[in-house]
Amino acid sequence: MSENFFKVIRAGINTTFQDLGRNNLNHIGIPISGVMDRRNYIISNKILQNIPSHPIIEFAYQGPRLVYHGDPLNISVSGDVKFKIFKNKNEIEGKCYETIILEDHDEIDLISTNKSVYGYLAIGADLNLDYQWKSCSINTKANIGSNKGKKLQDNQKIEVSNIKELSRRKLDHINSKIENIRVIKGTNFHYFSKESQAKFFKKEYSVTKLTDRMGMRLEGERLDNIINTNIKSEGLVKGVIQIPADGNPIIMLADHGTIGGYPKIATVISADFDKLSQLTPGSKIKFKEVNLKDAETIFKLYEMETNNIISKIL
Amino acid sequence: MIKNISNLGDAAVYCDFGNDVNKEINSKVINYFQSLKDSKFEGITNLTPSYNKLIVSFDLSITNFEKTKKIIENLEIKKNLSTSKKKIQIPLCCEEEYALDLKKLERKLNKPNDEILETFFSKEYFCYMTGFIAGMPFLGDIDKNLHAKRLETPRVKVPKGSIGLTEQFCNIYTFESPGGWNIIGNTPLNVFDSLNEDNPNLINPGDTVSFIKINKEKYKNYNE
Repeated sequence: MSENFFKVIRAGINTTFQDLGRNNLNHIGIPISGVMDRRNYIISNKILQNIPSHPIIEFAYQGPRLVYHGDPLNISVSGDVKFKIFKNKNEIEGKCYETIILEDHDEIDLISTNKSVYGYLAIGADLNLDYQWKSCSINTKANIGSNKGKKLQDNQKIEVSNIKELSRRKLDHINSKIENIRVIKGTNFHYFSKESQAKFFKKEYSVTKLTDRMGMRLEGERLDNIINTNIKSEGLVKGVIQIPADGNPIIMLADHGTIGGYPKIATVISADFDKLSQLTPGSKIKFKEVNLKDAETIFKLYEMETNNIISKIL
Repeated sequence: MIKNISNLGDAAVYCDFGNDVNKEINSKVINYFQSLKDSKFEGITNLTPSYNKLIVSFDLSITNFEKTKKIIENLEIKKNLSTSKKKIQIPLCCEEEYALDLKKLERKLNKPNDEILETFFSKEYFCYMTGFIAGMPFLGDIDKNLHAKRLETPRVKVPKGSIGLTEQFCNIYTFESPGGWNIIGNTPLNVFDSLNEDNPNLINPGDTVSFIKINKEKYKNYNE
C-alpha cells in the first residue's frame, strides 16, 4: 500500500483542522470550537459525499499551499476563495464548489479569501488525525485537538487514507452578503443608559483587527453602563456580546472563554453566526433586534436554505 | 431554588440563583448542574455553572428554549450526587521571579509582603467553578484584608502556573493566557491535562484547596 499525503509548502495565516467541535466541556473551561462558517463546511463535505462531521482544513485570509503525493483523490474548496491548481507545468484557475482531482505531485495554492475571512478545503479521503473528546477541532489557545492543538506549520505532512472513489460534482452557489446582524436582548441590557440602548440598535459598529476565532472586537459609539461595568463572572455562549468598561462590544466566537465578567448587552442569533464570522476588519455592522420566536423561525429557515443549497449539487 | 429562568440568545437557558456569592448558593448551582449532566437529555450540548448562575446550552435543530426550560423546571435534584469533595494541596513559590504583582499588592493593600503571604497561606479555599480557560479554578474566599481590584491594564501573557488574586477570589492560570489578576506566585504542578480526557482538571467545583509554600530550589526540582 502506497503512502498518500500532502506536504505543506506554506501553511497560511491561521490554518487548522476543524469539524463540528466538542460539546459538554464548557464546565471545565473548554469551548465548543469547530468550523466558523458551518454552511460552507457542510457544502464542501457534501460535494465530496463525506459524512457530515468529516474533518476539514479551515483557513483565514491566506490559505495554505500544498503538494500532494499519492493516488488520485478528490478535493473541493468552499467559501469565496481565489486559488490555483498546478498540474505538471500547467497553472489552472481554481473554482469553488466543485470536485477537483489531484494526482501525484499536483499542487494547490489557496491564495486568499475575497472580502471574507474563512475558506475551506475538503478532502475525499480519511485524514489521519488525533481526536480529543471526539473532535479533531484545533483550539490553538488551549492546544487542544489534532496536530497537537497547533495551527498547521510549514513543511509538515497531512497523511490521508481510504481514498474515496473519484467523482465529478458541482454546485452553483454565491455566498450571500450580510445586511444586519440580528440579536436578542441580553441579560444585562438594562445596565445601559436609555440613550446607549437606542444607540446600540441605531449606530454602525466597525469590525476591528482584534478579531480571531475567540472573538470579534467592535468599535463605535461608546455605550454607557449606568449600573456596573463588571458582573460576577458567569458562563458565556457563542454569540454573546459583552461590553467591557471601555464601552466597545466584543462578540464571543467559536473558541471563546467559557466564563466572563462583563455585562451582556445582547446575543447574536444562531442563524447569523456564519455570516458574522466572515466579516473582515473594517466591515460595518448594524444590530437589529428580534425576539426569541422570530429567532427560532429564522433558524428553521436557515436550515431549510442549507438543505436547499446542498440538494442542488449535481 | 432557581430564582429566575430566561433565555440567553436563542440556544441557551439562563438560570439565575441570585446575586450573592457563597458556598450555599454555589452548591445549589452544582446540584442542578450535576443532576442535568447525569440525566443526559437529548439536545443539551453544554452546561456552564458559575458562582450563582447556570447556563444550559442546547442544539436548536433538536430542541428549543421552552422544552429545555420545562426539563429544568421539572428536574429531580438527586440527593446522593457524585460532586467532587477532594482536598488538594498546591505547592506555590512566591519568590520574586514568580510573584509578579506582589510589590504592587504591598502598595494596594498597604501591608508588607510577608503579612500578605502569611494571611494567604493560612486559609483553605473552596472551588466555586472552573473555566474561562481550560481547567482554571475559581477559588474563594480569601481574607477580607487581601481584597484588591484587577490590574488596570491586564497582562497580554500571564505565565502558566501563575496564582492570581482579585476581590474575594484566587485562581490558577492553567496555561499561558491574557489576564488581569494580581499574581503572587507560581506552581510547578500541572493543574490541567488535556490528554486525560476523563478527568482533565486536577481541581473541580466542590473541592478544597490549600497552598503549600515552597522555595525556588524546590520549585526548580519539582518536575525532575
